[in-house]
Amino acid sequence: MCLSIPAKIEKIEGDLAICSVGESFYKASLQLLSGEKLSPGDFVLIHTGFAIQKLDLEEAEASLSAFDEFKKLNIEMDDEEKKNDTHLI
Amino acid sequence: MKYIDEYRDKDIVQGLAKEIASISKKPIKLMEVCGGHTMSIQKFGIPGLLPETVELISGPGCPVCVTSRGYIDKAIAYSRREDVIITTYGDLIRVPGSTSTLEKERANGANIQVVYSIMDALMIAKKNRRKKVVFLGIGFETTAPSSAAGILQAKIAGLFNFSVFSAHKVMPPAMSALIDEGVKINGYIGPGHVSTITGKGIYEDIPRKYGLGVVISGFEPVDLMQTILMLVRQIENNDPKVEIQYTRAVKPEGNVKAQQMLDEVFEPGDDWWRGLGILKDSGLKIRKEYEVHDAEKAVGDVEVEPLIEPKGCICGLVLKGLKKPKDCALFAKACTPLSPVGSCMVSSEGACQAYYLYNRN
Ligand code: SF4
Repeated sequence: MCLSIPAKIEKIEGDLAICSVGESFYKASLQLLSGEKLSPGDFVLIHTGFAIQKLDLEEAEASLSAFDEFKKLNIEMDDEEKKNDTHLI
Repeated sequence: MKYIDEYRDKDIVQGLAKEIASISKKPIKLMEVCGGHTMSIQKFGIPGLLPETVELISGPGCPVCVTSRGYIDKAIAYSRREDVIITTYGDLIRVPGSTSTLEKERANGANIQVVYSIMDALMIAKKNRRKKVVFLGIGFETTAPSSAAGILQAKIAGLFNFSVFSAHKVMPPAMSALIDEGVKINGYIGPGHVSTITGKGIYEDIPRKYGLGVVISGFEPVDLMQTILMLVRQIENNDPKVEIQYTRAVKPEGNVKAQQMLDEVFEPGDDWWRGLGILKDSGLKIRKEYEVHDAEKAVGDVEVEPLIEPKGCICGLVLKGLKKPKDCALFAKACTPLSPVGSCMVSSEGACQAYYLYNRN
């Protein structure tokens, strides 16, 4: 029930948006986001036929780049574990 | 897929797992409130990535699971009326009532139509002016705004034959009730999509009153692992607070427009939760101004059969995090997704179904 997927707006017609997720297309009502500026190319979360929030792409990119640190950590610790023959997890 | 695949990166997940393992000292229990999280946690095998100190338990965040059998029985009673068409999300169709399900009633000739959105239910009302079209409104703050939008739309379009049978609920009273009851947890993995609507303010009482942290989380493995890391940090530093991990989708203030629509159509009222009983102001009731669209007023009295709870089902305890699905004697034996005994097995967000699909052994 609370599932929701990030979908890309392809086209806006009044308060309806045609959105795509991969190869599939969905219609979403924009009534719950009527205060937001939305245009094709934006990502929204769709839930039971309604766009419930616009994805903040800057935030998304920022959090993804912050994860690089953990990627590095994983590789470093893997090397260390191999050297010492220990396992943290 | 964009904004999904990146959050499933194995190296990032492993890196987060190592960081959690290296800083976690105290044994802790974290509760995921949302059924969507329960599904993701089991599907991606998150518990297997955590050190022994961190245990995850499921909570009361599956709307179908916490809804009373009496609600299903009443929906069935409505569906038996010649002048009623029931419209519902697919989730409810197989949920057992006391002696029947909506699916069985449909096979017996009741007019029950599964819709993807409440907007489809409005179309059905438009085409069937002589029938009373009842929409079964269940779900938390994520779903309730769409019901509010539907009711507002029905009013504008003059669709007086359209009504909502509301069992909508709000999350915070259940989160407080669990702690008040003495369920031992050390922090909450906060519901991501509920919070897209509500924002973070609704959880502020939990650190303030109970000294527990809440981290609002996304649904992918990287999201969940980062959330767990944030909670472990809070606990190790003795610094409980409300934080947002799911920053790409959750704004601190939430979706203000959706909140206004909710407030316009609904008012808080007491409601019953499986496992928790009646909680004050935990339900959303349709306001008097919109009562022509309130099924309980619009359809009139129906004869509802006496309530029978399923024998042996411990779903209520599972929803409180006191038992795991595997503790139920019926799990994966008499109770499976194909022939569910309790609602925690029938719902695609129920803990019993999540364990059945991904963690049966
Ligand atoms: S396994 Fe079935 S009977 Fe047992 S608690 Fe879960 S839903 Fe109820």
